[in-house]
Amino acid sequence: MTDTLLTIEGLTKAYPGVVANDNVSFAIREGEVHALLGENGAGKSTLVKMIYGLVKPDSGTMTLRGAPYAPAEPRAARAAGVAMVFQHFSLFDALNVAENIALGMENPPPMRDLAARIREVSETYGLPIDPYRTVGDLSAGERQRVEIIRCLLQDPRLLIMDEPTSVLTPQEVEILFQTLRKLTAEGVAILYISHKLEEIRALCDQATILRLGRNVGTCVPAGTTAREMAEMMVGSAFQAPERAPRELGEVALDITGLSVRSPSEFGTSLKNLHLTVRAGEILGLGGVAGNGQDELLAALSGELRTDADAIRLKGRPIGRLGPAARRQLGLLTAPEERLGHAAAPDMSLTENAALTGAQREGLVANGFLKWGKAREFAEAVIARFDVRTPGPGTAARALSGGNLQKFVIGREVMQRPEVLVVNQPTWGVDASAAAAIRQALLDLAGTGTAVLVISQDLDELMEISDRFGALNEGRLSDIRPAQELSVDEIGLMMGGAHGMEVAHV
Amino acid sequence: MLTLEKRPQPSRLWTYLTPVVAVILTMLAGAVLFAFLGKDPVQSIRTIFWEPLFSEFAFYYRPQLLVKGAPLVLIAIGLSLGFRAGIWNIGAEGQYIIGAICGAGVGLAFYPMEAWFIFPLMVLAGALGGWAWAMIPALLKVRFGTNEILVSLMLVYVAEQLLASMSLGLLKNPEGFGFPGSRNLQQYPSAHNAELIAGSGMHWGVVSALVAVILAYILLNRHMLGFHIRLTGEAPRAARFAGVNPARLILFCLGTAGALAGLAGLFEVSGPSGQVSIDFNVGYGFTAIIVAFLGRLHPIGILLAGGLMALTYIGGEIAQSKLGLPAAAIQVFQGMLLFFLLAVDVTTNYRIRRVTREVA
Amino acid sequence: MDFGSINPILLLASLMVAATPLLLAAIGELVVERAGVLNLGVEGMMITGAICGFAIAVNTGSPIVGLVAAAAGGAALSLLFAVLTQFALANQVASGLSLTLFGLGLSALLGQGYQGIKPPPFPRVDIPLLSDIPVLGPILFRHDIVVYFGLALVAAVWWVLKNTRAGLILRAVGENHDAAHALGYKVVRIRILAIMFGGACAGLGGAYISLIRVPQWTEGMTAGIGWIALALVVFASWKPWRVMLGAYLFGGITVLQLNLQAAGVAIPVEYLAMSPYLITILVLVIMSADKSRAPAALGRSFHASQ
Repeated sequence: MTDTLLTIEGLTKAYPGVVANDNVSFAIREGEVHALLGENGAGKSTLVKMIYGLVKPDSGTMTLRGAPYAPAEPRAARAAGVAMVFQHFSLFDALNVAENIALGMENPPPMRDLAARIREVSETYGLPIDPYRTVGDLSAGERQRVEIIRCLLQDPRLLIMDEPTSVLTPQEVEILFQTLRKLTAEGVAILYISHKLEEIRALCDQATILRLGRNVGTCVPAGTTAREMAEMMVGSAFQAPERAPRELGEVALDITGLSVRSPSEFGTSLKNLHLTVRAGEILGLGGVAGNGQDELLAALSGELRTDADAIRLKGRPIGRLGPAARRQLGLLTAPEERLGHAAAPDMSLTENAALTGAQREGLVANGFLKWGKAREFAEAVIARFDVRTPGPGTAARALSGGNLQKFVIGREVMQRPEVLVVNQPTWGVDASAAAAIRQALLDLAGTGTAVLVISQDLDELMEISDRFGALNEGRLSDIRPAQELSVDEIGLMMGGAHGMEVAHV
Repeated sequence: MLTLEKRPQPSRLWTYLTPVVAVILTMLAGAVLFAFLGKDPVQSIRTIFWEPLFSEFAFYYRPQLLVKGAPLVLIAIGLSLGFRAGIWNIGAEGQYIIGAICGAGVGLAFYPMEAWFIFPLMVLAGALGGWAWAMIPALLKVRFGTNEILVSLMLVYVAEQLLASMSLGLLKNPEGFGFPGSRNLQQYPSAHNAELIAGSGMHWGVVSALVAVILAYILLNRHMLGFHIRLTGEAPRAARFAGVNPARLILFCLGTAGALAGLAGLFEVSGPSGQVSIDFNVGYGFTAIIVAFLGRLHPIGILLAGGLMALTYIGGEIAQSKLGLPAAAIQVFQGMLLFFLLAVDVTTNYRIRRVTREVA
Repeated sequence: MDFGSINPILLLASLMVAATPLLLAAIGELVVERAGVLNLGVEGMMITGAICGFAIAVNTGSPIVGLVAAAAGGAALSLLFAVLTQFALANQVASGLSLTLFGLGLSALLGQGYQGIKPPPFPRVDIPLLSDIPVLGPILFRHDIVVYFGLALVAAVWWVLKNTRAGLILRAVGENHDAAHALGYKVVRIRILAIMFGGACAGLGGAYISLIRVPQWTEGMTAGIGWIALALVVFASWKPWRVMLGAYLFGGITVLQLNLQAAGVAIPVEYLAMSPYLITILVLVIMSADKSRAPAALGRSFHASQ
């Protein structure tokens, strides 16, 4: 099976200020796994949205099985045999699995027949799932199964997968790969979008690499080293952060028997967590999204209150204190969601600097804000963390993800915290900004701050943390020194295949 | 085809320009409406916007501008604090009524005693009355998470019934020959909110409105609490992260709005209106919502918008007597203003672009 | 005081009549909210429907044409809201309020010259046989056709939401508009249709008041029923059958307090008249414990970016 399925020629799409795709061409053959590789912001998402009919190209043509292909909407793409598994945004929490799947089909059969077909397909491809469960109650891995089954029910010729493994444990990734191999054996082509090089080397037959919207090369992943691909992707040799040996001090953060109910209906409650972080130490907490990360951050920031003794800062019980009081004592946090949580999108950087810096930086007197000082603080963060922006008067939402993240992390780092807790510090951030942020965290630990990093990026955690633990359904695994762990062990700490049954066919 | 494209940050220019554009569009649409009603459109618009200010009888109308504008500004300032924080008090009309009943009640309790402290006590009672009435939705929201929009609005109807009951019962003028309504406070010097300078329209309500504008400006721009109010409206999660206590904010915003509306009611009942009567309220509490939005929830903007809205009231009355323009037409006119404002507002955050559809 | 003057059969029969405008407006708003849109303009659309229906019925002599005109009027007004919120992306709370303020003014303007006129009478449908059943007959089966239409509408909305693809899509749009958009559904178009359906229902409810229940035209005659309808949707946890239950509950309270007023109970008239509003508040407080059923995207603006 070497017939060409989809040919893309000269696709271009520009948004104001950015050319998302500039004259991109490549071809996908039937039954092949074709990787689309590139950094965040390289234009991968825009490209697949054009293939799936969500975005119309400014120019360029596509050919599907020899016929011109220009889907006006996703419906047309689906009719032509193109299906897509999204990274975000495509499931309805309050509806059940079968209803979710029916929404993705043109002419769904009656619910009872559909449920039977879902069972059948899910068994065939090793993706067991109950059609009547509410999607909001499913784990990230199970939700992805729903999406994949939704696509498979339409007998697609081309399956687009957007960063499918970012929500999976290593064991779940292996199950997914088996499913994908089974599909390609049936002649289905897969367009696999990722920036994880080892994965691509293990799975893909061909790779197209995008950088800044342009196609900068193709390669056969199995015959190319990860480093070579990375250099094509980033455009230059990149640097691993430096790790200076550090002295560990007293226990700065002590969590004992922390249990918190999640405030949201489909959230994960924390169940009896224990951990300590010492001054100068970086503790990394891994785990698949939705296993209590947001709740843990909220419990530490003070947005959720707990028993006073469940959280101690340098021996002092702080579980009942609010965010401002905790900041005063030296516990600073940076949540995952930059826009709307860590920063107010429409407010200026000066105002956002005052958002968490008011107390420790002395920006208030008698309840009145000193805007001059706030501006100086914002300028200091901008200067030290190389935040690219016209100035502190710019609205937070006008910054790119990487620059805003540098600002948000920098804002906390510059307040000289005793303990810093960050959730997904480099999510959706370009490689250079990510490297800068990791270096900043290492440097901060070097000055004697206790750092707790919650992240889903295992490479990142292995790179910077001294000890490692994993969150799984609101529970915490044993915490072990990071250097002695193997990938399999990490996977088991993260909950293996989430207790999901693996169908053997 | 037109499409919207999100601006990287809100446009400053359009922030100031939208109210002006909205007023112009409303004038145009209003002119069409008036023409449709068989009135000369140009003359109608002129009568509404020009005559109260510059005609030969302007000396009579200009003070009215202050009298009508003051309660609107006072109420709108209070509402704007809540609106900024995403707390929707739309029951200012009820708080206004209760403020008037409480304030007037205190004054009438002292009748016929004359003493300097009576009016200050009435002011206090008016503010407290409005505050207490607004505390009902506030406490219910804080304690049970009840929707403040619906509760505050339901309380308007309750307040109207209370007003009827008061003017027919407890507060009815014993010497009023059985007519509904209380004694006229204008004839009770210690309780009368008289003009500070005769013939100027300037009374304590106008002074309070100006003070409220200045205090609100300082609060929003300089004070931590004001920063927290804005933060809560723009990004509620970020506000919680910053350490804002949402319950305290709800109590403060609704309470302040209620107190200011209550004050407005008291100043009205003890001054221009004079007595508690069944139809003493004329909808300032609702019009103030338009004023707050038209002023872009900004204190200075509200001051200007209050003046403009007062103008349409007075101009509308002139047009009613001179041209026979129905009172309802002015109400429609005011409603259109809010419509146009909301519609034009999109330009602050989005760029409108023409897209020619290619044949793909 | 004369409780004997209250006839329980008539009371229950008039309960069904009193509940109908609420039922119509609330079931319309339920559909709008299930699509993820919060339209606070129900009061404005009802009063506009009330005068449109009244004026057209008087001029054509046909109450049925009047009802159709009322639905059209409500839908037309709701289109203004749709333009503001779906195209200009205006805040839904503010837009809904402006719709109510505008509707109150507009209806007063349109209603000039219609005060004190009697509309053409609306025929009552006595369902054969059933209407002759003692007690139940007069309560249930001797009403005008709109009463039954309202009930049928509740059943239809329930069925469509639960069992049809259109209903599934509507719920999907109300739960997560980004996901619905990604699947290729026209979020804005679906929402506009829902908003117009809500407007038509509210208009119909308003006309029921001016043409059948009262029947005459006075300014502001809906007196907060539109707002109570909004509260009713919350009370019903966004479920059609519970809207019906709630409407009958409130209809009952209204009728009862009117009957008590007429019977000359010792409680002053004003306090009786406040009771529906106070009970609405009470119900809202009780129901606010259960937030889980609210459509997840309720009140949020949708803009398809990129």
